Amino acid sequence: MKIIYPLLFILIACFFLGPMFLAFVASITPASEFYDYSHIFPSRLTFEHINKLLFTLGGFRALIVSIEVALISIGISFALGIPAGYAIARYTFRGKDGVKLAMLFTRSLPLIVVAVSLVTVYMRLNLTDTALGVALAHAAMILPFVVIFTSSIFSSTFIEYEEAGMVFGLTRFGAFLRISLPLALPGLAASAIYGFIMSWNETFAASILSIQNRTLPAHILATAMASPDYFKYAMATVMAIPALIFIFIIRKYLISIWGISLK
Amino acid sequence: MTQIHVKKQFIPWLLLAPSLIYLIVFMGLPIIGTAQLAFQSDEGWLGNFKMITSTKDFQNAVLNTLLLAAICIPIQLALSIFLAILVNKKFKGYQTLLYIIASPLALSDITAALISYSIFASNGYLNRILLSINWIERPIYFFGYMFKSREMLVIIITEIWRATPLVFVMILAGLQSINKEYLEAAEVFGFNSWQRLWKITLPLLKPAILSSLLIRTLFAFQLFGVVWLLAGRDITVLTGETYYWYVFMNNKNVASAYALIIAVLTFVVGWFYIRTIRSRYEEEGA
Amino acid sequence: MAKVVSQDVKKYFGEIRALDGVSIEIEDGAFVVLLGPSGCGKTTFMRCISGLEELTDGKIYFDDKEVGRLQPKDRNVAMVFQSYAVWPHMKVRENIAYPLKLKRFSKEEIEQKVKWAADLLNISELLSRYPSQLSGGQRQRVAVARAIVHRPEVLLMDEPLSNLDALLRVKMRSELKKLHEQLKVTTIYVTHDQVEAMTMGDKIAVMNGGRIIQYGTPEEIYKKPATAFVAGFIGSPQMNFFKCDVVEENGQQYAKFEHIRFKIPSRINNRSVIVGIRPEDVSLELRKDRDSIGLEATVYFIERLMPETILHLDVGNAKSRITAKLPNDLVLPEGKKIEVFVSTESLHFFDAETEERIL
Repeated sequence: MKIIYPLLFILIACFFLGPMFLAFVASITPASEFYDYSHIFPSRLTFEHINKLLFTLGGFRALIVSIEVALISIGISFALGIPAGYAIARYTFRGKDGVKLAMLFTRSLPLIVVAVSLVTVYMRLNLTDTALGVALAHAAMILPFVVIFTSSIFSSTFIEYEEAGMVFGLTRFGAFLRISLPLALPGLAASAIYGFIMSWNETFAASILSIQNRTLPAHILATAMASPDYFKYAMATVMAIPALIFIFIIRKYLISIWGISLK
Repeated sequence: MTQIHVKKQFIPWLLLAPSLIYLIVFMGLPIIGTAQLAFQSDEGWLGNFKMITSTKDFQNAVLNTLLLAAICIPIQLALSIFLAILVNKKFKGYQTLLYIIASPLALSDITAALISYSIFASNGYLNRILLSINWIERPIYFFGYMFKSREMLVIIITEIWRATPLVFVMILAGLQSINKEYLEAAEVFGFNSWQRLWKITLPLLKPAILSSLLIRTLFAFQLFGVVWLLAGRDITVLTGETYYWYVFMNNKNVASAYALIIAVLTFVVGWFYIRTIRSRYEEEGA
Repeated sequence: MAKVVSQDVKKYFGEIRALDGVSIEIEDGAFVVLLGPSGCGKTTFMRCISGLEELTDGKIYFDDKEVGRLQPKDRNVAMVFQSYAVWPHMKVRENIAYPLKLKRFSKEEIEQKVKWAADLLNISELLSRYPSQLSGGQRQRVAVARAIVHRPEVLLMDEPLSNLDALLRVKMRSELKKLHEQLKVTTIYVTHDQVEAMTMGDKIAVMNGGRIIQYGTPEEIYKKPATAFVAGFIGSPQMNFFKCDVVEENGQQYAKFEHIRFKIPSRINNRSVIVGIRPEDVSLELRKDRDSIGLEATVYFIERLMPETILHLDVGNAKSRITAKLPNDLVLPEGKKIEVFVSTESLHFFDAETEERIL
């Protein structure tokens, strides 16, 4: 019985981490060894593919666009979503349930259903092929999530802290700013990172809404099929590493982020 | 007196307004736009849909989407329940295992596809390993229109690998919210561990299972990157067709028609989802 | 320090009338306990005084100043919360200093006052810790220090001891009382624990159904409860009640319960009454110097608390059960028939309809 847990541990870890590790190894395997079947692992390692992908094939530019898009969309969705989440958490008002359900519902709507028609709107607004245009769409994707998550952060636990602030001399807004916001900060940061990953990973709308100023996944989608294998793996590595680092940072919040989504 | 009351009622709506307006502008109106585009055609307002539904691609897209959902979701669910129960045993190192299982959560669909390609490509690791232990003499081909069923298999494995973590995290969240005393009570009353699983844990886990089931179903209509990169249009799915018609055929009307079909399906499943959640709210409230 | 006056304060949450006209006058420097069962409106009333709840109707004065429509920050109140609400992202020192900072005291003044409050509550050595490093009792002290540091006009405490263990609760009870004697700040203290109310309050306001049923000293509340509700709520075990018809024999009125007749000491006009007997007024010995009544009873159950004894007794035909609290240890077999005595002057009479006190 004692051996079974370590055994399962190794098996599961291999299943989930193994492919990532192998793709990473593939991305640093010299091109000459790709069709050499004599050994499984490469005899030497090289960062040549990743370098080339980033600095010759426009990957770096796409990466910058991706970051730009993610930051703008997080900015918009948090600026709009935090007050809304706070309102749902702190006030009782008619129509609150409706708002909550609407948020849950829009969260499950994929950007696919709006991307094509956004293109026509963007053409009129001169937003086509801009980071801002993609970011606006991504913000719509992240926003309902931000509202749901912040409302659960602000509910119940912090009410007495905030009330204490009001009793001891703060206005309601002051109490929000000085007490609730700092207390909510770790959770908000975690959800911001989560929003970043959502935007970082979104492929469809980014592909449709941009032509030249592509985000990294859009760039990959458009070029991966025609690229040599080692570039494909370089792409996987470049996409995966930041996301994996981020998810590692917010690992403690993963359960609560998705636990909240159950409600 | 009333004035204060009215003013107070306004505050939450004032705080909500920016979000609601934004979602109307960037979600609500574009959906109407999608519908407009979808019903625009030279052959009458249903022209695009008539055209779509008569093609084999559409029928295949629906079938493939359903098939992938029908195969992947039960496996993901069973695997997740197993993993969640395992992690919840809190053996030494369970926290690490939790993060390991959760790590693919960070990956986008196209990244997952590329990672999977590194395994299943003709010069991928699977073939390398099988060749080096002399199980096979020539590499097995998994990709290409001649090997559709193998492509399907790879897509299924990739989806299970990529999306099980999401279901797992939801199930684990549900599992952790179950009061331990229920299980302890069952143990005191002589349930063995199988009975505890079937009579206590799983029934109490039902809401979490239901939610994750519905969320997975919703995401099934959004399946795109994995299929597109691994199989192209050898295996058609609804999203892939949307992309194809817009990007390659330059026809936004047909693309919108596909998008609208996805929207309607999402609405239907989403409606079920919200109804189950609602009924759960009411149960909890009672 | 201020006198607190509440005039017909109402607070409705939709259809629910949490406060249905609360009027009370709390003397400057008094320690008043709001006592009542859960849902009686005591916490809501306190929150109305703090300003955390807006009044639906009515007025609240601190001295002569109307504060009922002011924001909490403009009221110069302080509050100790049930969960303490010691801000977890600030050190103890910052927690205590924060009310002063908001009131724009100078740095030196803040330092000096924080030191004073910390010394007073014996938490000087905890000042540079974070709340998460404190025990429940220490957090409670920090909450109290924070509440008194700016010398508020009114100090509000919302069940502050309910999260402490029994031993600490008894200790804090006396400490808070001593602190009040030192500071003389008008204090309003919410609790559902009658022992806390009796030991701490200069005066107790018993609340039920969103109203104050009785406001008086602990002694008054115990000895002359205004209604059967108050009588039943105060005292442990609960007062015994008998629903009686009033009968007259030879010019003397009696409250009649089956064959038991309680003599009514002075003339009343009610046709039916509720007679209340405190368990501690039931005795096993007949005192000749007092006008008493004997009750035939069967021992149902006996609780030996050491040294007191609580007897559960069946009296009358309808098997009405009463309790008797005796000061000494006692062994009686269950089922034994005994006679117990109650002096007429210890009886409480309430109107059967209104449940208000008659005598």
